[in-house]
Amino acid sequence: MIGRRWYVPWLFLLPSLVLLGAFYWWPVVNTGILALTDAHTLRGGEFTGLDNFRRMIGDSFFWNALENSLTFAVGVVPALIVLPLLLAVLVNTKLPGIAFFRTVFFSPVIASMVVVALIWSWMLRTDGLVNYVLQQLQIINEPAGWLSDPSLALISVIIVTVWKGLGYYMVIYLAGLQNIPDDLYEAASVDGAGAIRRFWSITVPMMRPSMVLVGTLSAINAIKVFTEVFVLTGGGPFRSSETLVLYIYERGFEGLEMGYASAMSLSLFVLVLVLSLVSQWITRRRAQL
Amino acid sequence: MTATAPQGTPTRPSKRRHVRTARGRRRALASISGRYLLLLFVLVITVGPFLWQISTSLKGPDENIFAFPPQWIPEQPTLQNYLTVAGVLPLGQYLLNSTFVAGVSTITNVMFGAMAGYALARMRFRGRTTVFALMIATLVIPFEVIMISVFVVTRGLGLMNTLTGALLPLAVTVLSIFIMRQAFVKLPVEVEESAFVDGATEWQTFWKVALPSARGSLAVVAIFSFMFAWDDFLWPLIVLRDPDKFTLTVGLVFLDGQFSADQRLIAAGTIIAILPVLALFVALQRYFFRGVGQAAVKG
Repeated sequence: MIGRRWYVPWLFLLPSLVLLGAFYWWPVVNTGILALTDAHTLRGGEFTGLDNFRRMIGDSFFWNALENSLTFAVGVVPALIVLPLLLAVLVNTKLPGIAFFRTVFFSPVIASMVVVALIWSWMLRTDGLVNYVLQQLQIINEPAGWLSDPSLALISVIIVTVWKGLGYYMVIYLAGLQNIPDDLYEAASVDGAGAIRRFWSITVPMMRPSMVLVGTLSAINAIKVFTEVFVLTGGGPFRSSETLVLYIYERGFEGLEMGYASAMSLSLFVLVLVLSLVSQWITRRRAQL
Repeated sequence: MTATAPQGTPTRPSKRRHVRTARGRRRALASISGRYLLLLFVLVITVGPFLWQISTSLKGPDENIFAFPPQWIPEQPTLQNYLTVAGVLPLGQYLLNSTFVAGVSTITNVMFGAMAGYALARMRFRGRTTVFALMIATLVIPFEVIMISVFVVTRGLGLMNTLTGALLPLAVTVLSIFIMRQAFVKLPVEVEESAFVDGATEWQTFWKVALPSARGSLAVVAIFSFMFAWDDFLWPLIVLRDPDKFTLTVGLVFLDGQFSADQRLIAAGTIIAILPVLALFVALQRYFFRGVGQAAVKG
C-alpha cells in the first residue's frame, strides 16, 4: 500500500468524485425527486405524489412506446445472440486472410450509430439500394417502404441495429472460443461427428456463459435504444417505431415536462434492473447445475 | 499456451490417417471453399453499405444518384463534395467542435481515470468501500435513465449550449477508472513500495513509477473515451441548441433533416466522420479488441 497521509487518496479521487457527483450521483437522486413533482422546464415543480405514475398508466403513448421497446428487444436480442456466434465460429480458423475478414467484420462497430443510421436511411429509401437488390434477387416484387410503412419501420431499425452489433459481439464470442480446448473438437472428429454436430454438442454448451453475457448486454442496449430510431424514423410513421427513450425525450425536451419524463425514466430503470437480475439469476443457476 | 498444451496427436489412434484419402481431401477442400463463400457473403453485407456511401460521396453534381439500376462506379468522380462539406457547409465547424469535445474528454478520462484508479488500487483509506460501491452502482444505471436530471444540472451551471456542457458528463467514466484500477492492481506493488520508502511522494510514485508501466491500459482508456465522445449523439443533441455549436453527429443529422439536403454532401460528411476513428482503429487495432473484452466484462 502506498501513502500515509489520510487526505492523499481523496486528492487523487477528487476530480472523479466531483464529476461523477455532479453528473451522475446527484442526477440519480434528482430523477427520483423530479418523478414526484410536476416540474416543468420553465418553472420549478410542486410535489404531486404519485400523479405522474397514475398518468403514465393511463397514457396510451407510453404503453405504445413500451411495447415498441419490448418488440425491438425481442427482435434484436435473439439475432445478436445467434448470428455473432456463427460469425465467430466462421472466422475462428487459421485460413489465409482470416485476420482481414475479422477486422472488416468489426468495422461497423467503430462507426458511430449516427453514421450507420444515415448510411442505412439512404439505402432504405423506397427508391434506394436495398429495394433494388431485393427486387433483383426476386425476393420482393414491389419496392417496400422500409421507413415509411408503419408495419416495417421498427423492423428496419432492428435490422440496422443487428448489422451494427454483429462485429462487437463477435469479438466477445471469439474470446470465449479461445477457452474451448482443441482436443474436444479433435476427439469429436475422430468419433465421426460432423461440423454441425460438433457445433451443437461442443461449441454451444461451452459458449453458454458468453451467450448469457451477450444476451444481457444486447438486451440492455436494446431497451435503451435511441439514436438509430431517432435518425432512421424519428419514431414514426404514426409512432409505430417510437421507443421508450424516444418518448421520454419527447416529453422531457419537446413537451418540457421534466417531472413526467423522470417518472417514465424510472420505468426504464426498472426494466434495466430486471434484465440485470434475470441474467444474474441465469448465471447463478447454471453455476449450481 | 500452445507450448504447454499436451501433445495429443502422436498418441491418438491412427484412425485419422484413414480419413486422408482422395475423397477426404476433396471434402476438406469443399469445406474450405464453402467457408470462404460464407466469408465473402458476410463481407459484402458488411462493406457494401460503406462502399455505396463512398460511391455516392464521389458522384458529380450532374450525376443522377437515384439512377435505376444503381450506379456503383461514379461516372464523373469528384472530390468536390468533400471540399464543399468541409469548407462551405458548417461541417468544418462541427469537426472542430467534435475534435475539442473528444480531445479534452480523452485527456480527462486518462488523467482522472488513472488518478482515481490508482487510489482505489494502491491506497487504503476510510470510505474506500463506499466509493467503490457508488461507482459500481453507476454501471447499473444507464445515462438514458438520468438524462433529464443531467440536463437540469447542466442548465443550473449555466452550461447549456456550450461545448463544456457537452463535455463534462463524459469527462470521466467509471469504466475508465475501473480499467485503470485493474491495470495498477496487476503491477507488482514492490516496485512502487520501494520507491515510496526511498522518499518519493505518493504523486511521484504514481506519476513516475506506476503510470509508465500501465501504458497499455492508458491507450485502451484513451481510445475508448475518444471514440465514445466522438460518436456520442443523445447528450450533445440535448445540450447543444445553436447550429454553430453542434458536434459532428448532431450536425450531420441536422443537415440530413433539411429539405435541401444533398445526399452527396451527407455521404461525404459521414465518410469524414468515420475517418479519425478508422485511423485510430487501423493504427491501434489490438487495443480495440482488448478494450471490447474489458468493457464487456465490466458492463
